[in-house]
Amino acid sequence: MAETLLELTDVSVSFDGFYALTDLSLKLIKGEVKSIIGPNGAGKTTFLDVITGKVRPTKGTVTYRGQSLVGMSEQKISRNGIGRKFQTPRVFDNLTVLRNLELAVSPRKNALSLMLDPLPMAAKDEVHRLMSYVGLAPFAGTQAGSLSHGQKQWLAIASLVAQAPEVLLLDEPVAGLTDEETLRTAELIKSLAGDHTVVVIEHDMEFIRDLDFDVTVLHQGQLLTEGPLDEVKKDPRVIEVYLGTTED
Amino acid sequence: MKLFKRLVPWILLAIALFVLPAILSDFRLNLFGRYFALAITALAIDLIWGYTGLLSLGQGIFFALGGYAAAMYLTLNTPSQQGGNGIPKFFENFGVSELPFFWQPFNSPFLTLACLSLIPALVAGVVGYLIFRNRIKGVYFSIITQAALMVFFHFFNGQQKLINGSNGLTTNTTELYGLLVGSSDMKLWFYRLTVLLLPVAFLICRYFTTGRFGDALIAIRDDEQRFRFAGFNPVPFKTIVFIVAGGLCGVSGALYTVQTGIVSPQFMSISFSIEMVIWVAVGGRGSLVGPIIGAVLVNYLQSLVSEALPELWLFVQGGLFIFVVVLMPDGIYGWFTGGGLRSFLASFGIAQKARTYPKIDEQIESLQEVVSTTPTDSSA
Ligand SMILES: Nc1ncnc2c1ncn2[C@@H]1O[C@H](COP(=O)(O)OP(=O)(O)OP(=O)(O)O)[C@@H](O)[C@H]1O
Ligand SMILES: [Mg+2]
Repeated sequence: MAETLLELTDVSVSFDGFYALTDLSLKLIKGEVKSIIGPNGAGKTTFLDVITGKVRPTKGTVTYRGQSLVGMSEQKISRNGIGRKFQTPRVFDNLTVLRNLELAVSPRKNALSLMLDPLPMAAKDEVHRLMSYVGLAPFAGTQAGSLSHGQKQWLAIASLVAQAPEVLLLDEPVAGLTDEETLRTAELIKSLAGDHTVVVIEHDMEFIRDLDFDVTVLHQGQLLTEGPLDEVKKDPRVIEVYLGTTED
Repeated sequence: MKLFKRLVPWILLAIALFVLPAILSDFRLNLFGRYFALAITALAIDLIWGYTGLLSLGQGIFFALGGYAAAMYLTLNTPSQQGGNGIPKFFENFGVSELPFFWQPFNSPFLTLACLSLIPALVAGVVGYLIFRNRIKGVYFSIITQAALMVFFHFFNGQQKLINGSNGLTTNTTELYGLLVGSSDMKLWFYRLTVLLLPVAFLICRYFTTGRFGDALIAIRDDEQRFRFAGFNPVPFKTIVFIVAGGLCGVSGALYTVQTGIVSPQFMSISFSIEMVIWVAVGGRGSLVGPIIGAVLVNYLQSLVSEALPELWLFVQGGLFIFVVVLMPDGIYGWFTGGGLRSFLASFGIAQKARTYPKIDEQIESLQEVVSTTPTDSSA
């Protein structure tokens, strides 16, 4: 039944002898949403770096649809359908909101096509749909650099969705958002579930609870436990390393 | 106003083509011809630096290659330049009896015209591709381009038997269509040619900086890594603009050479390539008007200062650069379009009054009206 889409096997990442990930093995099933939590420095971002080709694993394998991702360039991994939102929202500051999204939505990603082909109508419609969904339509002509933090966060998420990836990796998507915006982001992620495979990294427990998907806990580069949030929260190891310190 | 704006480029072109030749002496006009030639290089640097974020300190390579191409053609095709064995005279000094193979294409005017932009473009393509493919960025890119410049400089400087070494090639005494290249008639033609090619270079740069391709360049400048994660490979984009810039610098160098009367390895000196960057910084990078202003203004200033107090120019140039970088980070043009002039005038109390809210002091209700119609923040 369930088809494994992305699989990490015994992945270790060492930065000059410091292990950010140690023998991490993890599977992503097609269509699932996985929430990942863990204290600062647990290796959550490094986990995404390994998948997206930013960091080459010191050891272990990463396969996507049975194909190894190790050594593949970032752009190739992205074109294969793995998209990522960074921890700090990264947008193209000197492009307008509209141009940011038009670049992301571009169906063909080569220089010649950008020079010669006009953007297809369907892509333009998608940009406008996304812009109104995240409430950025009134800011279509605004330079992304002058948006507020929350707006940048949403532009980053919208750009990611515009790329139409199969797997969405979201690194702290609601950091710095208001409660209302957080709710709406949760809604967006839920609407993507099923068709897409999603990994959400968050510190915001309310948000994780709201999403209501299985939680994976990382600690010191290792997988501590997996399961529904309420069960995970009862696990004494989790309480010790993570929740015990934050939930006072 | 809109019509006026559309007419501005044509007016400027008409002034450059008809008014300047009428009011300036031959000597001054020739200087302006050189400035306009250098402005093409400034445009090229803006394309790669201002838009794409590639600070090249080696554009002198491509500039000089274009200059040499033009000079080689002129040297080969002037009877008075030929020595006893039918090849240019200077070869005799070094005991060379046969024309080096790479001079051959420059017998032909058409091949020369092609080569003076295509050879620099090709070199830029090879050098650029190797650098970009290896993900060399930022300061390292600048250092490598400067190192490449030094390699080229030493090669041209040392190869007397191939290219007359540090003497360079003099074009003033060569002939074109039976006219001496150094004559004022010929220089007027070169001036006109330059004035016509500058807008062409402008349009080429505009083609590459607008539209989706231009967006991609800005995206690369803003956050190249993010650009990769969006599925784009930045290497072809950077290589393409580096090639275009190389070709433009070649044309610029050829136009400059025929108007100064000489090309020498000094075109590839480190300081000259840095000056090119300064023109762009002073004029305003990231806009296509800025670099033209910068190149013409800085070089005009250089002529004025050098004529009066030759030893002072380097200080003035350094001071100007610091002044602009500190006080006008977007350059003169950026400062101007960013409302700099208005705030400058305002500090003297002669600014135009903004007419946003009519008579706010007398009619409070008009203020309330404004407040009630202001759209509320809709970021939610
Ligand atoms: N490029 C790097 N060089 C050296 N050390 C690194 C590098 N990247 C990450 N680290 C280290 O690896 C560890 C894991 O980092 P990572 O960013 O993956 O943590 P995280 O779980 O995302 O934390 P946070 O919740 O703060 O974002 C940290 O101790 C960090 O200092
Ligand atoms: Mg992190």
